[in-house]
Amino acid sequence: MKADPRGVLTGTHFIDGDHACCEGALAAGARFAAGYPITPSTEIVERFASRVPTVGGTFIQMEDELAASITLQGAVWGGAKAFTVTSGPGFSLMMEHIGYAAMTETPCVFVDVQRGGPSTGLPTLPAQADMMQARWGSHGDYEIIALCPNSPQECFDLTIKAFNLAEEFRVPVMFMMDEVVGHMSEKVVIPPADEIEVVPRRHTRKSVNEYLPYGTNCDMVPEIAHAGEGYKFHVTGLTHDERGYPNMTPQVQDKLVRRLQNKIRNAADRIAMFEEEHLEGADVVVVSYGITSRVAQRAIEEARKQGLRVGKLRLITAWPFPEKKIRELAANVKAFVVPELNLGQMVREVERAAAGQAKTFAVSHAGGGVHNPEDILKVIVEASRCPTA
Amino acid sequence: MAKGRVSIVVERCKACGFCVEFCPTHVLALSSAFNSKGYHPPHVVHPEKCSGCDLCGMYCPDFAIFATKVASAGGDK
Amino acid sequence: MSDSLNEALVNLDSNPVVNPVEPFLRGDRMPHIWCPGCGIGTTVNSFARALIESKIDLQSLALVSGIGCTGRVAGYVKLDSFHTTHGRAIPFATGLKLANPKLNVVVYSGDGDLSAIGGNHLIHAARRNIDLKVICVNNLIYAMTGGQTAPTTPDHSTTSTNPYGVFEPSFNLPHLVEAAGAVYVARWTTFHVRQLSRSISEAFQKKGFSFIEVISPCPTLYQRRNKLGDGLDAMKYYKAKSKVRHGAPTSEVGLTMTGEIIVGKFVDRDRPDYQTMMRTQYAESLGERYVEQPEMICS
Repeated sequence: MKADPRGVLTGTHFIDGDHACCEGALAAGARFAAGYPITPSTEIVERFASRVPTVGGTFIQMEDELAASITLQGAVWGGAKAFTVTSGPGFSLMMEHIGYAAMTETPCVFVDVQRGGPSTGLPTLPAQADMMQARWGSHGDYEIIALCPNSPQECFDLTIKAFNLAEEFRVPVMFMMDEVVGHMSEKVVIPPADEIEVVPRRHTRKSVNEYLPYGTNCDMVPEIAHAGEGYKFHVTGLTHDERGYPNMTPQVQDKLVRRLQNKIRNAADRIAMFEEEHLEGADVVVVSYGITSRVAQRAIEEARKQGLRVGKLRLITAWPFPEKKIRELAANVKAFVVPELNLGQMVREVERAAAGQAKTFAVSHAGGGVHNPEDILKVIVEASRCPTA
Repeated sequence: MAKGRVSIVVERCKACGFCVEFCPTHVLALSSAFNSKGYHPPHVVHPEKCSGCDLCGMYCPDFAIFATKVASAGGDK
Repeated sequence: MSDSLNEALVNLDSNPVVNPVEPFLRGDRMPHIWCPGCGIGTTVNSFARALIESKIDLQSLALVSGIGCTGRVAGYVKLDSFHTTHGRAIPFATGLKLANPKLNVVVYSGDGDLSAIGGNHLIHAARRNIDLKVICVNNLIYAMTGGQTAPTTPDHSTTSTNPYGVFEPSFNLPHLVEAAGAVYVARWTTFHVRQLSRSISEAFQKKGFSFIEVISPCPTLYQRRNKLGDGLDAMKYYKAKSKVRHGAPTSEVGLTMTGEIIVGKFVDRDRPDYQTMMRTQYAESLGERYVEQPEMICS
């Protein structure tokens, strides 16, 4: 369906990633946010707090991230599209509730504008060190989807995508920005509302007697109902059956948890988004995401000028990790080069998916700034010297 | 003629004793019978004293007992 | 089986009678897991009767609980019910209420859940006067996990984490929530079934943060470990030692292990609830630009 024009600020803007993310949420139909201030994400909800009373919605600043991360879920079950924003320390606090959203299949978006860590770290400076946490941060077996924008324009476009994926798969989606993308100002074009596709809530059409809150068909995603509609359903974080009733046996656990995982994994190819360039005949492929991909672009161009056969694979979805793409590439390339603003996170996934068919080189950076293109170029050159497998 | 009548859902009872204790007219006592979980459910020992006040029902933590008022018999006797 | 037991069995005759609270229960999940003599079921009974009495529209009633023995209430009531995370029923309920103000939202949880891990959320929701009805079943212990000390466990009690006796002062919950801003504060025990129902009904008539504490027996842990008998003994203690003092200053209603239990309606005041204040402020600041939140239900 088309976006609600009330939330769409059509026009050409010069705004930063944080502000663009807020506009993306509004365009996607988000009418509820619960937040807690944390640099460098706060501007997203500050803008939302300012915009939403004139659009028709609610912002509430909660007393901590523990509250914010579950208040938004209450709002979802009350009928709203909802999100929260945070950075490292708050992301850590929110982990229990990310797991709760995954377990109860609550569609929602968690924005993490990554900053230096661990702990208080570098509040005003970038990093990309929460990538593994986005996937594995909560306890237990579950799957999430994570997106990585690399520009304010993408902060707008991909936030809409994040909400759409959340609704399609009834899953919490992690929107992994970083401080530079959040604070850089660029041109952001917001189209008219009727050019924006928005996925509606998968609301059940079944009658009260027929409806099973966690019953599913072949796509493994249950239909939802909201409080106040007469379904009198039960939602619990305990292991539950199709009725939503706690049923704590190994059999039910197996069935439930595998479904939570497979509803995403089976659709991984469909969900995966990446930007590719010059992969045909490449010796080396640079795999990057977020702000690092902007720096890597420069390094790749420089390397190609030097005659090296270097291709680009920019991850737009970091999770589910595009294993298939990497495995296919690994059969034909000498090496992957993975620059990240961390000491090696997504590079492990690349290495795993490559399964030894190609070498993998990390270009780590502890965060606090972005790479120098020369640092990435150096490793591209080294990788190019690898003997062909 | 009793003004009330007690109904007991035997299988839900856990023999806590609240109903027996708080019935104002001492209608109930724990029986010597067992339900399938091994609890002694209450039984009505003085049915004629039941007023249908439903205090037993209000106290029961297991929703295993309640009392209803019985309509009085017709007037042509 | 005796004749009287036969007679007492749920009748299948021409006038089947049904427990008046049966429509509020998920009968397919009975019997519930609470111990013999546990008072939580009794509170649910009182709650159901309050619903009947107040003629609340069940469709627009949502119940949110946390984790613990009382947290299991959500799973047994036939309502839109949410069994959330430990301590976070109140913020979840806040989100539910803000997204759909037409809902009547009840938070039904235990003393540990609401005042320990959930303490921060308790005080802020009271401060903001979020329109929630909070029923706090206080069994003076963390029961589900095996009987550890809770902020409400009375001085000198024995628990699994204070095997030599509790030496911390315990929270006086009515005092805490009154100070934080609650507009309705009452305390009863599971002995006071009718008064509890009435308080719950009153809370439904009130807009704002209502808090009803119910002292309830935990026979398996609190009673047993402190050699206080079983659930019935606790009920007899409540009957003997409770004193109804409506309007008592909440600073004076602290609990001890075997002392007096002050019960009653302590606070009943009026102040605008969160959503009223929000709307007023936005209308004042934004005038015509303010778009009062349309129903958020997204299709």
